[in-house]
Amino acid sequence: MHRKTLCAMAMAVAWSAPLSARAEDAELMKIRDEIRQLKEAYEKRIEALEKRLQETEGKAGNAAVAVPQGESALNPGMSAILNGVYANLKQDPNTFRINGFVPTMGEVGPGRRGLSLGESELGFTANIDHRFRGSLVASISPDNNRISVEEATIQTIGLANGFTIKAGRFFSGVGYQNQIHAHAWDFTDAPLASKVFLGNQLSDDGIQLKWVAPTDLYWDVGVEAGRGRSFPAGPDGGRNKNGFGSGNLFTHLGGDIGSSTAWQAGISYLATSPQNRVYGDVDSTGTAVTNSFSGRSRLLVLDGILKWAPNNNPAYTSFKLQGEYFRRSENGGLTYDTQAASIGTRTGSYRSMQSGWYAQGVYQFVPEWRIGYRYDRLDAGTTSIGLVNAGALTAADFPILGGYSPKRNTLMVDWSSSEFSRVRLQLARDYSRMGLADNQVFLQYIVSMGAHGAHKF
Amino acid sequence: MKSIFKILLLSLLAVLSPLASAALNVFACEPEWGALAQELGGDKVNVYNATTALQDPHRIEARPSLIARARNADLMICSGSELEIGWVPLLLVQSGNGRIQPGSPGYLEASQFVARLEIPRIIDRALGDIHPGGNPHIHLDPRNIAKVGQVLTERLIAIDQANAEEYRRRADSFRQRWDSSMQTWARLAVPLKGVPLVVYHRDFSYFINWAGMQEAGSLEPRPGIPPTPVHLAGLVEQMKRAPAKVIVYSPNKDPRAAQFLSERTGIPAVMMPFTVGGNEKAKDLFGLFDETIARLLEVMK
Repeated sequence: MHRKTLCAMAMAVAWSAPLSARAEDAELMKIRDEIRQLKEAYEKRIEALEKRLQETEGKAGNAAVAVPQGESALNPGMSAILNGVYANLKQDPNTFRINGFVPTMGEVGPGRRGLSLGESELGFTANIDHRFRGSLVASISPDNNRISVEEATIQTIGLANGFTIKAGRFFSGVGYQNQIHAHAWDFTDAPLASKVFLGNQLSDDGIQLKWVAPTDLYWDVGVEAGRGRSFPAGPDGGRNKNGFGSGNLFTHLGGDIGSSTAWQAGISYLATSPQNRVYGDVDSTGTAVTNSFSGRSRLLVLDGILKWAPNNNPAYTSFKLQGEYFRRSENGGLTYDTQAASIGTRTGSYRSMQSGWYAQGVYQFVPEWRIGYRYDRLDAGTTSIGLVNAGALTAADFPILGGYSPKRNTLMVDWSSSEFSRVRLQLARDYSRMGLADNQVFLQYIVSMGAHGAHKF
Repeated sequence: MKSIFKILLLSLLAVLSPLASAALNVFACEPEWGALAQELGGDKVNVYNATTALQDPHRIEARPSLIARARNADLMICSGSELEIGWVPLLLVQSGNGRIQPGSPGYLEASQFVARLEIPRIIDRALGDIHPGGNPHIHLDPRNIAKVGQVLTERLIAIDQANAEEYRRRADSFRQRWDSSMQTWARLAVPLKGVPLVVYHRDFSYFINWAGMQEAGSLEPRPGIPPTPVHLAGLVEQMKRAPAKVIVYSPNKDPRAAQFLSERTGIPAVMMPFTVGGNEKAKDLFGLFDETIARLLEVMK
């Protein structure tokens, strides 16, 4: 359009020039030259504008295409967590036990020696409708190719008045670290206290009701009722009745101190009634026997966490202090050698009061690097075994339950290339086994792909 | 006995709801939206800013204090476009507050109501922490503030019908003052047209677009990835060939990388307020834009 007008103008000028007062040739040439230059300049500008228009149109077109449509538009947020470990363990991991404490029959050991693939995790999360949110976390074990459900929950969103109900399989709100997925832990493995009191990490099938108070200071109160599928209520097998196998009560307080520190403190109380909770031991004759406990188990946990970051901006530097104290009392009956593999099955009373704690600090000293230290301590406390007291058996028939106070020192340093990847080196000296120090070195990577995760405080 | 129980229950409720005042509780994910809510709500709203200018809104944890505030909010206003993806979803679920869930008038994602820039063609984390919905830092274009202001007014009216007149009156007043300021800013910003600048993070794009400036590079090699020595060395070389006029960074960023580049190239590095509260002069939205333009004009002298 512009170009045409321009050409017409130029031609008009060019034609009219010789018709006018017969100007000198030189002047004519000059005018022609100027017009040509003008024309060229305009053409260039028009070309540039047209190019820009095309680009913008292209971009707009792309943006329209980028909006997902059809069934796949409503896909849940998907993520995959991969992790792999190199472990160098001084002691044979197959002989791992934590002396003084009933084995939980869970995955509490330090894993395999050498290179191994850790559990891969698949996560799906989405709002189900305007009332519910669903989440599924499945873990794939690399050794037996088994897929197990780590968490599968439905949860109300915005039930009003601060209430939230969650149902399905979930990590119990007992203590602090138990609710956090292993890939978000600050150390490669769980605290010793989590191992002996919660079987590494307690996840149960059940229902949770939580209420957040309408106060500026954070305060929540919650109650959980579950089947009791794993330690301390389980492992499965003994219990066959309607109703609940475990109950948990918890409350947390939390807030900010100044503009750089945030804290949270909690108490939880987990009550279970184990029925025929079995574990393996080696009795005084050297025979492998299976013992079982029935009765009640009560676990009290105090937890506290303090996070510091200048102006609460953890992008560059931050510090995190975390600690938990566990105290468990168990009361009931202990059956020795349920399979009658050795001297024969006998049952007597059992009573124990045991405790443990850990404290850990993690310091992010530059954006991508963190260093951390953890101290673990368990106290086997007092265990009273009726069969031993009565003289029917000796303490040597229950070597694992013998009084001992395991401890562990752990040091780690990790590097995160982004929010989505982490490489960690961890060194530990573990005194879980009576009289034996296990020097452990772990080199580990953990990465997450897909949906951007949101981690709990 | 029954009446004693009732009294106990009532006193418990009284203790638990100190915020039972009539004012609307507004939870603002970023200070710019808090300031906008304050402009439009006046004393009818009670604004809580979840973050400050010294924090990176992408790197916030769902602290207990934030959950407690989200629990009582009548309206939550955030930038959206995944900027707060690491913490707001947790607040929404954990607060047990139905008023601020997506789909209800009490949930406002500001970026949904403006034309977004830098919508990526390729979505791949190898390109850094990119946002598929486009650049979420929309507030540094004054036209966007005006657009979001309109939506926010509608929401305030929808939630708090009783004060609709007041909200309309305040919206008119704000709009008038904002429009006249926008004219002033447009006039003042004329010398910024075409001026090349280096940013730290791509949190300045909407201002660049509004003022017609030119982004000549960013200190971060990729969005969300902190500056590396190799990348900075490359920038030094680039600046020698085609120098930018200024290096800008936000108060929530480490100034060292900007200073390093400034020392090597002689290009001034300036900390911009970035949001309300980013410096003493950026007390409100008007001050934020006054100050942003003034700081840039100063280095142009």
